[in-house]
Amino acid sequence: MSATGFTATRLRPTLLVIFGGLLVLAALFGSAPAAHADEVGIEDNPYRVSGNVQYNGDPLEGVKLTVEGGGYDAEVETDAEGKWRVGVPEKSEYKVTLDESTLPDGVAVVGDTSNVQTVTVGPGGRVTTNFFIGKGERNVTPFFDQVVQRLVSGLNFGLMLGLAAVGLSLVFGTTGLSNFAHAEMVTFGALVAWFLGAALSVPIFIAIPLAILLSALFGLGMDVGIWRPLRRKGLGTVQLMIVSIGLSLALRYVFQFFIGGGTLQLPGSNSPEIPLFGAVKLTVIDIVSMGISIVVIAAFAFWLLFTRIGKATRAISDNPSLAAASGINVDRVVRIVWIMAAGLAGLAGVLYAYYRPGLKWDMGAQILLLVFAAVTLGGLGTAFGALVGALVVGILVEISSLWIPADLKYVGALVVLILILLLRPQGILGRRERIG
Amino acid sequence: MSSEIPEPVPPVSPMPHAPRPKSVGLHKGEPAPGVAKVDPIIVADGITRTFGGLTAVNVEHLEIPRNAITALIGPNGAGKTTLFNLLTGFDKPDTGSWTFDGKSLSNVPAYRVARMGQVRTFQLTKALGLLTVLENMKLGAKGQTGENFFQGLFPALWRKQDKEIEQKALDLLVKFKLDAKKDDFAASLSGGQRKLLEMARALMSDPVLVMLDEPMAGVNPALTQSLLDKILDLKDEGMTVLFVEHDMHMVRHIADWVIVMAEGQVVAEGPPLEVMQNPAVIDAYLGAHQEIDLGELTGRYTPEGKN
Amino acid sequence: MDLAQILSNSVAFIIAPATIAYALAAIGLSVQFGYAGLLNMGIAAYMAIGAYGYAISVLTFGFPWWGGVLVGIVGSVIFSLILGIPTLRLRGDYLAIVTIAAAEVLRLLFLTATFDSVTGSADGLSGYHNSFRAANPFPEGTYGFGPWEMSANGAWVTTIGVLLVAVSLLVVWALMRSPWGRVLKGIREDEDAVRALGKNVFSFKLQALVLGGVFGALGGVVYALPSSVNPGSYVTSLTFFVYTALLLGGAATVFGPVLGSILFWVLQTFLGNILPGLASIGVLPVSSSQASTLRFILVGVALMLIVIFRPQGILGNKKELTFVK
Repeated sequence: MSATGFTATRLRPTLLVIFGGLLVLAALFGSAPAAHADEVGIEDNPYRVSGNVQYNGDPLEGVKLTVEGGGYDAEVETDAEGKWRVGVPEKSEYKVTLDESTLPDGVAVVGDTSNVQTVTVGPGGRVTTNFFIGKGERNVTPFFDQVVQRLVSGLNFGLMLGLAAVGLSLVFGTTGLSNFAHAEMVTFGALVAWFLGAALSVPIFIAIPLAILLSALFGLGMDVGIWRPLRRKGLGTVQLMIVSIGLSLALRYVFQFFIGGGTLQLPGSNSPEIPLFGAVKLTVIDIVSMGISIVVIAAFAFWLLFTRIGKATRAISDNPSLAAASGINVDRVVRIVWIMAAGLAGLAGVLYAYYRPGLKWDMGAQILLLVFAAVTLGGLGTAFGALVGALVVGILVEISSLWIPADLKYVGALVVLILILLLRPQGILGRRERIG
Repeated sequence: MSSEIPEPVPPVSPMPHAPRPKSVGLHKGEPAPGVAKVDPIIVADGITRTFGGLTAVNVEHLEIPRNAITALIGPNGAGKTTLFNLLTGFDKPDTGSWTFDGKSLSNVPAYRVARMGQVRTFQLTKALGLLTVLENMKLGAKGQTGENFFQGLFPALWRKQDKEIEQKALDLLVKFKLDAKKDDFAASLSGGQRKLLEMARALMSDPVLVMLDEPMAGVNPALTQSLLDKILDLKDEGMTVLFVEHDMHMVRHIADWVIVMAEGQVVAEGPPLEVMQNPAVIDAYLGAHQEIDLGELTGRYTPEGKN
Repeated sequence: MDLAQILSNSVAFIIAPATIAYALAAIGLSVQFGYAGLLNMGIAAYMAIGAYGYAISVLTFGFPWWGGVLVGIVGSVIFSLILGIPTLRLRGDYLAIVTIAAAEVLRLLFLTATFDSVTGSADGLSGYHNSFRAANPFPEGTYGFGPWEMSANGAWVTTIGVLLVAVSLLVVWALMRSPWGRVLKGIREDEDAVRALGKNVFSFKLQALVLGGVFGALGGVVYALPSSVNPGSYVTSLTFFVYTALLLGGAATVFGPVLGSILFWVLQTFLGNILPGLASIGVLPVSSSQASTLRFILVGVALMLIVIFRPQGILGNKKELTFVK
């Protein structure tokens, strides 16, 4: 409805070209050998993973390796002496992958080792890992298997994002708040589960439901203690958003105050991997996690579609003043929405702590923008849209890392977020007229 | 075209209730929807705008007469404000074309439409609350040197013009009886005063066509007469006025021409008294209340209060 | 715990490079957010562009230091155009999410190992000082007095920084009393009303975004001048901290951003010293790393309280709430 819409329409293609260009650039550079990249992240991170890639005693230069774990990832290339070194933030497990396509022809990782190794940074803070290189065929994971593996991971990640996104979307729909502190509601769930399960040794199948319950109470507390009084006070949406940013910062550092800056593990995070077919493997936790997500989301959908409160929630999202005028107790519904949103976010946090793996004081903030991306992709304020958006974002993040460097895998999702807001702000499923 | 308000300013009528002569003979042929005008300022053709499945505006042909006061009336949801938004570039139609003073306005952005001399006000008053009344007024002036980024940095380049604009603003504020409030934040004004301010601010740009969206809505009855006089003055000063209004008293009192919309279409047009006799209008707009004086429908005028 | 030393450390931050960098960034935000109502949540990206633009053009392309500054400025203008042309029609909170996402994309591009040879990826960049220090008119020695004593290089950085702040303040002050500033404030209140008066709202918003972005980039340059460019600095939290400083001083005031930045850094330094100190002598029953976390909790709480109870900031006019609805 604005006059500048006209100007913007004309200029959209330019933007597409520019963003597209950035991605292409990233892809191009990704395949070209970097000049000196034998050490990555040394200054910022206290711990080290290192190694030496040689073939028959000769160093191999320019071999690419990826180190992943605990939500951190880095890429490195060997130097002229075949050495590489990566700084890592935690004393925990990391997966080191050697990119065999960067080895000389006819040479591959041989012996019992595969091109993927799992290392643990121990008390010394350093670990060295070497690959046995010899003449032979490469351990090539068939491309199809890679795609399936990524697809399944993406589905898992997407379902988890979905749990967080539907809550954020409901809160936005009913109160107009873009809640940055939603990230901390995610972290809160994982934190409480850890506190009960690991610190107090409550059995995990009791600790997790309790954590979700406490998360829900936390949401109730925030609505009663902060958001309802502020709505009464008549703060504008921008003011509320900045308050939520303040709250997000405060909570994040409160978490750090209690658990410090490191990564903690939930009980049972080292579950065995089950081979499905080909090279596709899943851990027990992945399977359970996806199962829980699907059941909870189905229950949530039932609630939203068929219960009185669920219908009232959708009515308020559609038109708050009309809903209030037709006798819906908006304050009560909003309170229930906060409880639901916080409970779902708490569950998402627990699952995310298993997915990463490990929980950290700022783990929620790390995925907040992806959750925002999911919500906007599906159409702001529409819960089912948020769910679809989350699946798209989750799968996009995983699949895109087949082609773009692992440390840029969130870029794709964020660029999609930007483009969606620019080109179709009502989202995939939203209606144009919602956007005022 | 002169950019100054003609001097001397026509005196405000000493008897506010004395009706001023209406403009007649604006149209060619029988008054009917889409009738041609002798001297149209706006000519619109085939304008449609849909929201989702709902057709908000569907106007086949419409002409607005120059230097006259035209009222756009119709029940709620008739598409009056949407048509306003379309004509002023604040919304884009799905189809159609229209001209202002012979120049096509299709795809012309709102600010250019305003610069061409077609200014509007809004149904929900848009006084800029955290600017003072005087700043609001000065914002309305066109062609300010100091609004250029680089020239704005050097007061010497714009101070003289700013003084002139300020003088013009003060003169208008006196006329609109807002001069005492010139240094107050616009947010502190009453609803009626904001309407006056918005209209005065629009006049700062020396418009050719003034489009008022419900100028009377929310205005204290004590202020209505003064506001009506201001609108009549606009015509005397050579401007054209198009307004949307629900208040039939006002329509009958000041409009030279009335256009009736219902469900997005123009269902009737003509001089006020004739249009209000038109059965189509009574059907579309008034339903069962046809025996009641139109001015009473708003609830603002008692039978004793009408002239 | 040495209280005198802590106080001295704290007041030293009145003219520290970090304070000056925040002040410049906050001045930029005051133009964008305070006066024009544009919710730019990507100010950290502008600072990153200034810092990386400076460092890369000096290190990779061998530019002189002033050339590096120019590259930073030009980079910020390009970023504003890419970001602004399509987004300025969006509603306030949408704009916030787009800018925050764009800032994150930019940060990841600076961080990735893919462009390591240019950006230094996770290690950042350093060792670009030769040209700047060669231009230093101060002979070797110490300058200033008391808490503000500094080396010749420090004095040169501070001089450039203070000059930039002074020029920026002058520009903002001159613009905001001109008709240009009047249009901008009008847009903040209601852009449709301003559009109806014949102003090209889009053009004014873009000008405000570009101007504020240039100040943000200059802030990034000053941030980089004393030591090194570290990608860990330009995270979303930096944007939030600059907002806190801005809102503390007063978003729609000329001097608010400077006052806010000074208060922010002096208080941060003071708390960052005194809290672990109190913990070490047992007054606070927490560990010293917990004690230094406390000050960041306080930043968050302060941001909430300012926005709720004094949204106009310390220097703002009480009647003049600066938030767009």
